[in-house]
Amino acid sequence: MDMTGEYTIPAPREKIWEALNDAEVLKASVPGCETLEKVSDTEFRATVMSKVGPVRAKFNGRVTLSDIDPPNGYTISGEGQGGAAGFAKGGAKVSLTSENGGTVLRYEANASVGGKMAQIGSRVVEGVAKKTADDFFATFVEQVAPSGETAEKAAAAPAEAPVEAAPAAESGIPTWAWAVGLLVIVGIGLVVFS
Amino acid sequence: MAENGIGARSLRKEDARFLRGSGNYVDDINRPGQAYATFVRSPHAHARIEKIDTSRAAEASGVVGVFTGDDLAADGVGGLICGWMVTDRNGENMKAPPHPALAQGKVNYVGDHVAIVIANTLAEARDAAELVEVDYGVLPANVDTDKADADGTPQIHDDIPGNMSYDWELGDAAAVDEAIESAAHVTTLEIVNNRLIPNAIEPRSAIGEYDPASDAFTLYTTSQNPHVARLVLSAFCAIAPEHKLRVVAPDVGGGFGSKIFIYAEETVCTWASKKVGCPVKWTADRSESFVSDAHGRDHVTKAELALDSDGKFTALRVSTKASMGAYLSTFASCVPTYLYGTLLAGQYTTPAIYCNVKALFTNTAPVDAYRGAGRPEATYLLERLVEVAARETGTDPAELRKKNFIPPDAFPYTTPVVLAYDSGSYEAVLDKACDIADYRGFAERREEANTRGKLRGIGFSSYIEACGIAPSAAVGSLGAGVGLWEGAQVRFNPTGSVTVFTGSHAHGQGHETTFAQVVADKLGVDFENVEVVHGDTDKGPFGMGTYGSRSIAVGGSAIISACDKLIEKGKKIAAHALEASESDIEYDGGTFSVAGTDRSMSMGEIAFAAYVPHNYPEGLEPGFEESAFYDPVNFTFPAGTQICEVEVDPDTGEVEIIKFSAVDDVGTVINPMIVEGQVHGGVTQGIGQALLENGVYDGDTGQLVSGSYNDYTMPRADDVPTYDVEMYETPCPHNPLGVKGCGEVGAIAAPPAVINAITDALSTEDIDMPATPERVWQALAQA
Repeated sequence: MDMTGEYTIPAPREKIWEALNDAEVLKASVPGCETLEKVSDTEFRATVMSKVGPVRAKFNGRVTLSDIDPPNGYTISGEGQGGAAGFAKGGAKVSLTSENGGTVLRYEANASVGGKMAQIGSRVVEGVAKKTADDFFATFVEQVAPSGETAEKAAAAPAEAPVEAAPAAESGIPTWAWAVGLLVIVGIGLVVFS
Repeated sequence: MAENGIGARSLRKEDARFLRGSGNYVDDINRPGQAYATFVRSPHAHARIEKIDTSRAAEASGVVGVFTGDDLAADGVGGLICGWMVTDRNGENMKAPPHPALAQGKVNYVGDHVAIVIANTLAEARDAAELVEVDYGVLPANVDTDKADADGTPQIHDDIPGNMSYDWELGDAAAVDEAIESAAHVTTLEIVNNRLIPNAIEPRSAIGEYDPASDAFTLYTTSQNPHVARLVLSAFCAIAPEHKLRVVAPDVGGGFGSKIFIYAEETVCTWASKKVGCPVKWTADRSESFVSDAHGRDHVTKAELALDSDGKFTALRVSTKASMGAYLSTFASCVPTYLYGTLLAGQYTTPAIYCNVKALFTNTAPVDAYRGAGRPEATYLLERLVEVAARETGTDPAELRKKNFIPPDAFPYTTPVVLAYDSGSYEAVLDKACDIADYRGFAERREEANTRGKLRGIGFSSYIEACGIAPSAAVGSLGAGVGLWEGAQVRFNPTGSVTVFTGSHAHGQGHETTFAQVVADKLGVDFENVEVVHGDTDKGPFGMGTYGSRSIAVGGSAIISACDKLIEKGKKIAAHALEASESDIEYDGGTFSVAGTDRSMSMGEIAFAAYVPHNYPEGLEPGFEESAFYDPVNFTFPAGTQICEVEVDPDTGEVEIIKFSAVDDVGTVINPMIVEGQVHGGVTQGIGQALLENGVYDGDTGQLVSGSYNDYTMPRADDVPTYDVEMYETPCPHNPLGVKGCGEVGAIAAPPAVINAITDALSTEDIDMPATPERVWQALAQA
């Protein structure tokens, strides 16, 4: 399965950056996220409880980052284990660019699911993953740019100030990177229940 | 005809309990103190098992046992077997990889069994199964049947290069080559016979129980052949000696072949019941059924049919790749060989036939017999070829068939592919089918459909099958590991009612009714007073079970043999009581009479005399029950013609079956209602294969992606029309009832009839089953 996505967030990159560094914001934005844990500079673990209809399963996700080029992009690969529900694994190239005063996040992901997830959900995996991603951004944007701060306003805002390209050196991996990776994994994982 | 005798439309005895929901299926059975099993299954198509850690699962709440392949091996439990040895064209035995009931070191398909977790409740077993940690080293998957033997395709089993179990052939290759070279016309076709997933309405289920007092096991299981299950579990899996193992297959809700086989789950549950000291119950959920029941079909074939300038078939050359799945299931090896290659003559006089079959392993669920088993694959191939040949040569498809039919006076007829057909009325059957289908009026109907923007097509299928499986010596010479006779015992009770024990097994066929009709007819007793008992190895004689449309032809014949023995004994009793010579006693419909007199005794009086032998022939044993074993002298050969008429919506690609006409010659009909029901069910499954059903594994990952009813489409009532089904009876000359079998005819005949109708409508041959709207639309767009 291949999927691509693009989200325009009506806020300058530094503001997004702050939010993406706020674990509480992220946890609130990833549907069902219970824990976020940094294992190393390039690896994170998360536990996400997913529930669709009558079925619940806890996914343990592991996300590894490479080709980190802050704040422009990176490559992510990950795997989520859902017990008897099967597994999901995949990779994505993710980029962030400033456009019209907002920030555009794009990803190109490929993913595969296995076991019961593939058996039951292959046909709808893309739709559900996409919807999950949309849900994440809806929540996230609401927190970064609450209603009233419209896209137009954001677009009319002054061009963003140059962003320091230092975070990777200073604080390890940018949080946005693995947050997006996690969301890709969770999106895939949710498919099993549809 | 007696009221409920042979030929009567007797209502089914079993329906009283089935329709009221009071059937007794395995999952309805609960044993005192039973625990519940769940299986940890591979989520990967192909992987090494690096490590299994069961410690957390074993400590979980309610868990009474967690076992892996190592535990089975430590106890000397043998693997699952394939009971038919096919010899390949080089004279070598087929390659049968080890098939441990729980994986040892490697998993080879999604759903492969890794561990069993047994707990006090099903919920606890499932929760604990989540705690079994398995480290997999994932390997590339091989799921494409056509590429399974190609260079670079991942090899599944260490000692089986090219993933090839056997490379088998049948027929005279040189004669076929020569005939094809000198033919006036050669029709070539490349086709796929799609993988099917059986989907019996009742999922598989098993309860293993060990009784320490008798040191014996009982297995309750969803089996079509409980005696064979006992034999295999005893002799090969080494669970227990046969006299210490009882197998009970009570009401079983459909099998279609998938419940012939001996599976890992029932093997492990039986073994584990002794390990954990309580009965162990497992019932598949629907998702498990999809991945773990043996699948059917899955052939890729190239075939050529040669014709002379008069339209006579001169040769047929067939090259098939058949997927076996990851292991050889119980009878997998005979399906694409002796149930396929031998049927390629069809109803025709084709003098030279050659068939080559490569049986290949893929990382998919094992493939074995599924309603028709090999014969649908042969029929689909042949009947599509014939239809295409008719179109290419500008011949009417009915006329081309008639020109090549084996004539009625040619029987017995030995085909170039081993079989000796015993009887048939192919042209008369086809003519009758054409009448029912109003074939002559088709052109007008097509024109009318055109005015509505619809494409109308009509397609034929003149099929033959080899049923009544099977003469033991014949199948033994071809590699079968068992004899295929059947056992029966007919027991009069002292007051005149009859209990019939049969080795056949009913799982939807209605044996309790048809067998009772046969016995009522033969012995002159009331239909209501005949009880048919089956499905328990502790009751009645050994039996080989139900598959291959064999029950009435072989099992019914065994019952007739037992009845004949009773009648012979009855004559002795009657002769004594009536003070006549035994040779003067005549028997007719339940009455023993002295020839030329009005002195007679009824069957009931005879039975009573046998149990109360106060005035009884000297030296004759008391009691009135007889056993018989019947080994058929030949296969039976049901045949017929089915005609399908469709309308295609060119805008959407949707196919509507307007009319489906079937004339089937299944020999003597015992109960027309039940035979029609069997044909209806079979045709519906055939339409399912032709239009809807497809077992699909992802080419890259080897995941089963049509593993639920979201994606695997079963036919529903609104997918099929009301069928026009009629019989044409040409009695089988070599069994006492003249019967041939009817369980598979529809599933065998229908797919090519449907596809031939669609290709007729579309004017293209380039479409494979299932002909979904998308495929039809694309075929139209590319035509």
